[in-house]
Amino acid sequence: MAPLKPGEANLGTTIMAVQFDGGVVVGADSRTSTGTYVANRVTDKLTKVHERVYCCRSGSAADTQAIADIVSYHLDLYTAQHGEPPTVSVAASLFQEICYQNRDSLSAAIIVAGWDEQNGGSVYEVPIGGSLHKGEFAIGGSGSTYIYGYCDKTFRPGMSKDECVEFVKNAVSLAMTRDGSSGGVIRLAVITREGVERMVVFGDNLPPQYLG
Amino acid sequence: MTSIGTGYDLSVSTYSPDGRVFQVEYAQKAVDNSGTAIGLRVKDGVVLAVEKIKHSRLLVPQSNRRIMTAGKHIGVASAGWMSDTRHLVKRARDEAHNYHSVYKADIPAKIIAERMGMYVQAYTLYSSVRPFGVSTILACVDKDGPQLYMVEPSGQFVGYRGCAAGKGKQVAKTEIEKLKLEELTVREAVKEAARIIYAAHDEAKDKLFELELSWVCAESGMLHAHVPQDVLADAIQHAERSLDEDDDDEMEDEDL
Repeated sequence: MAPLKPGEANLGTTIMAVQFDGGVVVGADSRTSTGTYVANRVTDKLTKVHERVYCCRSGSAADTQAIADIVSYHLDLYTAQHGEPPTVSVAASLFQEICYQNRDSLSAAIIVAGWDEQNGGSVYEVPIGGSLHKGEFAIGGSGSTYIYGYCDKTFRPGMSKDECVEFVKNAVSLAMTRDGSSGGVIRLAVITREGVERMVVFGDNLPPQYLG
Repeated sequence: MTSIGTGYDLSVSTYSPDGRVFQVEYAQKAVDNSGTAIGLRVKDGVVLAVEKIKHSRLLVPQSNRRIMTAGKHIGVASAGWMSDTRHLVKRARDEAHNYHSVYKADIPAKIIAERMGMYVQAYTLYSSVRPFGVSTILACVDKDGPQLYMVEPSGQFVGYRGCAAGKGKQVAKTEIEKLKLEELTVREAVKEAARIIYAAHDEAKDKLFELELSWVCAESGMLHAHVPQDVLADAIQHAERSLDEDDDDEMEDEDL
C-alpha cells in the first residue's frame, strides 16, 4: 500500500454495512482528516455508484472518490448494454478488479452494499490488497478495530430493518468515541427495492453509552 | 446473385453503386456451400445439430467437431469455413473469459452475440482483410432462460427460436417452422433436430456425413455438451426411420 502523501486527506474512518431480508443498511462517521487537522467534519462517505448500490469509502479520500467515479461509469455502461441494472455482485467485482490491479498504488478499503432483484440485499468488502469478501455484515476503517467485539456479540442473522439501523447507529457511535480519526455525525442509508432512504444522526443525538 | 461484381467486388471497403458490398455476399455464399447447421430453442433448453460432411472414409468418427464450446454454458455450431470458425470460437472464448474476469458472472447470450457481431462486422470494413466465411449459431442458457443467436458474415446478429445455415437451410427452416418450439422438451428437440438434418441432407451430392448433436439443458447441468451416445443413437434411429417413412409415402403417391 502506498503511504499517504504529506497533506493527503485520509478517511480515518468507521464504516459499516448490514444486510437484512429485503435490503441493506449502510453507515459511516463523517470525519476527514489531514494529519491531526479535521479537513471536513460532515463528510459523506456513503457514495452512490448506481441506483441501488452504494459504497462506504475508507483510506485515501482521493483514491476512493476516483475509484467510485470509475465504477459508477462502468455500471452506467453495464446498464446501457444489458438493458437492466447491475447486481451488487457485479459492482463489487468491478471495485475488486480496480483495487487489485492497482494494489501497489492505492490506499483504499471499501464496503460495497445494495439491493438487486436477483439476490435482495447483499454486502461485500474489498479491503486493501483488492480481495473480495461476501458477508452478512461488514465493518471497516480505523474505528472498526474498536467494535469487532461489540459487532460479533450483537449481530444476529435475520434482524429487521429497524434492528439493523439501531445496530449500525450503536456500533458507529461506539467507534467514534474511541477512535481519534472517527467522529462528527453518523450518516446512514437504507437501500431496498423501494429506493434509498438517507438519515443522519447529529452529535447531540447519539445513542446513550458510558462516557467515563 | 443477379449481377456479377463488375469491379465492385474486389474490396470490402467499396460499395457497389446500388449499395451492396459484394465481398460480404460472397462470404455468405461460402456459408451456403457448407453442411447444414441448425439450432432449436425449446422450453427447457437449446439444441444444436450439424450435418458434418466427410470427404473421406478414413476420418476418425466424431473427430473434427463442428460444434464447439465457447464458455462452459455456451455452445457454438457453425456453417462455413472451419478454419474461420476456429478463429471465431477462440474469440468467443476470450470474450466469455474476459467478461467473467471483470464481472465475476457468466456472460449473457445477448452480450456474447453482440460482441461476436461487432468482431465479425469489423472484418467488413477494411480492404486489408476478408469477411469471415461462417455463420455461427450460439446456444446458451442464461438467467433469462434458453437463448439462441446467429451471427452472419455481415456481422448481423439476431435472436431466434429456431435457425438454420448452410446448404440445407431452406429445407431445414421449413421443417423448423412446423415445430411447436415453445412446447417441445430438449429430449424431443434432439430427435427433431436429427430428423431435420437427415431431411436436409442431399444424398445425391454428398454421400458421407456424420450427425453432430449438442445441447444446453438441465440434463447437461445447464452446461454445453455433446449429447450422450445413447441419445445420439436414438436420434439417428428416429431420423432414419422417419426418412424411410417419407420415402414410402412418396412411393404410394407414385402408385396412385
